[in-house]
Amino acid sequence: MLKFIDEYRDKGLCADIVEKIKAISKKRLKIMEVCGGHTMAIHKNGIHKLIGDNIKLISGPGCPVCVTSVEDIDMVLALSRIEGLVICTFGDLFNVPGTGSLTLDKQRAEGADIRIVYSVRDVITLAKEEREKKFVFISIGFETTAPTAAAAIIQADQDGLDNFYILSLNKTMPRALKAILEDSRTDIDGLICPGHVSTIAGTDMYNFIVDKLRIPCCVTGFEPSDILTSIYILTELAEKNQAKLVNAYKRAVKAQGNEKALSIMEKVFKPSDVQWRGLGNIPDSGLALKDEYSRFDVLNTFKIDRPTSISEKDCICGDILRGAKVPSDCKLFRNICTPSNPRGACMVSSEGSCAAAHRYGD
Amino acid sequence: MCWSVPGKILEIKENIATVEISGLKKDVGLDIIDDPKVGEYVVVHAGYAIQKVDEESANFTIDFFNGKHNNA
Amino acid sequence: MSKITLAHGSGGTLTQELIESVFFKHLGNKFLSKNDDSAILPGEAANIAFTTDSFVIKPLFFPGGDIGKLSICGTVNDLAVNGATPKYLSCGFILEEGLDIEDLRKIVESMASWAKIAGVDIVCGDTKVVEKNSVDSIFINTSGIGVLRDGINLSVDNISVGDKIIVTGNLGDHGIAVLSKRKGFEFESESISDCAPLNHMLKVLTDNIKEVKFMRDATRGGVATTLNEIVKHKDFGIMIEEERVPVLDSVRSACELLGLDPLYIANEGKALVIIDKEYEAKALEILRSNEYGSNAASIGEITQDNQDMVCLKTPLGATRVLGMLSADPIPRIC
Repeated sequence: MLKFIDEYRDKGLCADIVEKIKAISKKRLKIMEVCGGHTMAIHKNGIHKLIGDNIKLISGPGCPVCVTSVEDIDMVLALSRIEGLVICTFGDLFNVPGTGSLTLDKQRAEGADIRIVYSVRDVITLAKEEREKKFVFISIGFETTAPTAAAAIIQADQDGLDNFYILSLNKTMPRALKAILEDSRTDIDGLICPGHVSTIAGTDMYNFIVDKLRIPCCVTGFEPSDILTSIYILTELAEKNQAKLVNAYKRAVKAQGNEKALSIMEKVFKPSDVQWRGLGNIPDSGLALKDEYSRFDVLNTFKIDRPTSISEKDCICGDILRGAKVPSDCKLFRNICTPSNPRGACMVSSEGSCAAAHRYGD
Repeated sequence: MCWSVPGKILEIKENIATVEISGLKKDVGLDIIDDPKVGEYVVVHAGYAIQKVDEESANFTIDFFNGKHNNA
Repeated sequence: MSKITLAHGSGGTLTQELIESVFFKHLGNKFLSKNDDSAILPGEAANIAFTTDSFVIKPLFFPGGDIGKLSICGTVNDLAVNGATPKYLSCGFILEEGLDIEDLRKIVESMASWAKIAGVDIVCGDTKVVEKNSVDSIFINTSGIGVLRDGINLSVDNISVGDKIIVTGNLGDHGIAVLSKRKGFEFESESISDCAPLNHMLKVLTDNIKEVKFMRDATRGGVATTLNEIVKHKDFGIMIEEERVPVLDSVRSACELLGLDPLYIANEGKALVIIDKEYEAKALEILRSNEYGSNAASIGEITQDNQDMVCLKTPLGATRVLGMLSADPIPRIC
């Protein structure tokens, strides 16, 4: 029995909620989730197949791997070719292709020193154990993960580590949510808000969605009963044309978020303009190191030649990430774009909508 | 995104906790949460505790469908 | 001398000393003691099964086993799932210069003891030593010969709609046990590799039930990969019920921590058995009475629908595809 996990997977509970959803579902509704973890959980459990034909679930841009630009991947690959520099990355990035379908997996076969880690803490340990090498942590992730990178930098600073660097590819949600939801092509009736991003950042960032855009929002966890509860809540609100913000994940989310984590992030990072794969440049949506920590920025120490980055023609990931199109609308889907040969954002990560659709057979 | 798992703090040494998830033990960083205590449950992500589990809110779903829900 | 050197691979006195003091000392039998270039084996009036496998695992020693145990059980099981009684193994070693001889001794001792448990003789072998960094510590190849038992005809062609799919026990134990010791992911786990020789158990099964249609051991890539291999290009499908798949909590918790799926995690002591549905209960009874099959479970069946695909019914009742892996399952944060 896995505590705080199995209780929320109870079959009977989930079946009850499904019946309740079907009982109130009259209108045709589109509900978006903006968290790769939610995409995965929905497809893994088959939730989208259980809730009846009126409610369509669509995946938004909540997978930090999917939205890492080709230019940024090319930058990581260029770093991997530097002698004496060890690339430390989460497993998520290992098979993501840059220009010319090059990946970290392929670079390792060419002799690059690339290590998959579970945590940035492991990189600090490696840097202390192998003093003769230089280690760069490829920092991806949204608000959930960014504080961990910030904490590691503070620790490296305190420990006087001179062979630890990061490449910050971290992004934050609020501006991206604005860009997508305020786009006239986006048309949704409810938003399932990210779970663990909200754990760190709190729930205020969703207020504009409710107040200005009049779209109901529900913060929820990742277990099937969590997601089904949020679908029920959003359906009930949408059926009554009500816009409200509901926190259905109170066991892990406070309205004010995790203030300590936020202050650590603010100590180390400042907002920056960054490219989102499929969505283009979004101002103030990235995190760059503040001047007092700039010595940990790998690009301040290592100069790289970046090749011209080329994105795939015919890729409609931007429309898919906005919820305007679905994977089967794409002529590349399952044809030449597959999990073992991904061509765009939505297939690159195992959590992207196309990867989920391919893997789970939709 | 943000793959996390809840675990129970068994032991704390400086800013590292040994957390248990049904028999599995893993050391995690406590740098980004306040005042962790042995016996408390925390949400673990990428090697760090990112929040304490609010056990009182653990039954949100059941309470909600029993008509006791509160909006955020 | 405590470390392997290039001289140990030269063929001269040091090589002979190594063979005598490590390999022959622990593996010795009437075939090896002849020290001929080939082992001469008695003839059999039956078909011969022949297989080979190489073992490169890291770390060399893990909870529940080591590379030596793996090299015996892996090859024994490859023969056993085809209905052959394993009899003779060869073993080839490629040793990295600098390997601790004591580690080599422990590995060979382990091979000797598991060969004895499995009832096989190691009848020939070879050793090479290569320069540092040319291999990672030690690579082992074992090839195995078995004798096909009378009346056995296990084949994927036997499979028909309605047949039941049994796994001989809990899934994912080996992969998680190894991962828990791998640098970068260390965690303290109760997981122990399930590495085990299955030949005795599977012989009892096929001796008692002729209606076993097909067997395969579910190793790299997990049960999901093995099922996909079975169903590829076939005119039947497979439906698995997720709730019936046996997984220990210790494996589940590691998978939850690292974002992995137990159905894709390696096993080293589990077989898939496909059997006529009339004999499902009897097969489970036989398997569960053996120490390596005590958690055997029936997890699904062969279907008319969804040809060429493996499908999974989730605990909530929805169906999804259980696809092929495209790469090694890597722990993730997303």
